[in-house]
Amino acid sequence: MSKFRKKGKKGQPAVNTASLPDIVFMLLFFFMVTTVMRETTLKVENVTPKATEVDKLEKKSLVAYLYIGKPVRNLQSQFGTAPRIQLNDAFKTVDDIPLFVEMEKEARNEAERNLITWSLKVDSKTKMGIVTDVKQALRKVNALKLNYSTKKTDKISN
Amino acid sequence: MGRREVSEINAGSMADIAFLLLIFFLVTTTMDTDVGLIRKLPPPVDVPEDVDVNRRNIFEILVNANDQLLVAGEYMQITELREAAKRFIASEPGNPKMPEFKMTEIEGLGVVPVSKQIISLQNDNGTSYEMYIKVQNELVGAYNELRNEFAQEKFNKPYTELVQKSGSSDAIEIKMNAVKKFYPQRISEAEPKKVGGAE
Repeated sequence: MSKFRKKGKKGQPAVNTASLPDIVFMLLFFFMVTTVMRETTLKVENVTPKATEVDKLEKKSLVAYLYIGKPVRNLQSQFGTAPRIQLNDAFKTVDDIPLFVEMEKEARNEAERNLITWSLKVDSKTKMGIVTDVKQALRKVNALKLNYSTKKTDKISN
Repeated sequence: MGRREVSEINAGSMADIAFLLLIFFLVTTTMDTDVGLIRKLPPPVDVPEDVDVNRRNIFEILVNANDQLLVAGEYMQITELREAAKRFIASEPGNPKMPEFKMTEIEGLGVVPVSKQIISLQNDNGTSYEMYIKVQNELVGAYNELRNEFAQEKFNKPYTELVQKSGSSDAIEIKMNAVKKFYPQRISEAEPKKVGGAE
């Protein structure tokens, strides 16, 4: 009799955690695969506007980014608050765009050079003047496929 | 002392290491896929030529430096723009104020009247980018809604579905292109004016 009683007193066994590493590894691999590292550090404020009728950009490797906006706060003492263009990692002007376009094209396969999408990541508070200048510069060097980067929403507030 | 057996490596801390890595990737992950409005610029021309377009075929949208809209001569709110654009794009036969029609042969539809609409968008240098995107969004939305309605009526499927499935079969692709050609997206952007000034 006492034999049985002892067994009952033992309580519930601890949960086996031996498979915990496996589960964690699974998650880890998932995030490793889906992660896209940011290649550039943003030097401009960049809150893109919202839109409803958006398309997805298909091929990441065929997208080149142009950032436009006010310099971020800790750079404002140096660069002021007027909107600026950031290409790769540095502030540039409209005159540097042809070179940038050429470099981006050079980095791709010959067959894919005309398929590059130029993604304009423009801060929503920016005025159109600088954006139009950039568009004209892109147009002059035959970089015509544009994407105005936006966030997707279901409804636009007035 | 003789040889000692190599003791087994303790795997207990593996979970901790994995957790550390996991947290690192969790933090660095940017899940947002890039989305946006896709537009095509007109190819560069040396001397812009004057194209003679009938006034009734043009839907003029002006945006000033205060983000106010003037659509076809009337002051308008952004919320009204989509309906107005839809009415214009669809046009109506026999109305001398609406765009003309041109009989066009479209594969999959035969010869159909296609309206000669053009949307002309002009913004000021002082217009905010947010407003510009809103206007663009409404215009693209107007086209999309019309295409959806038309595709639903003709093929019993919305246009968005045709686009999604266009890769799978040629028949659907023909249908998609037909809808596209029936309501071609013609948004022309004029050179900006510097009236409102002020960056």
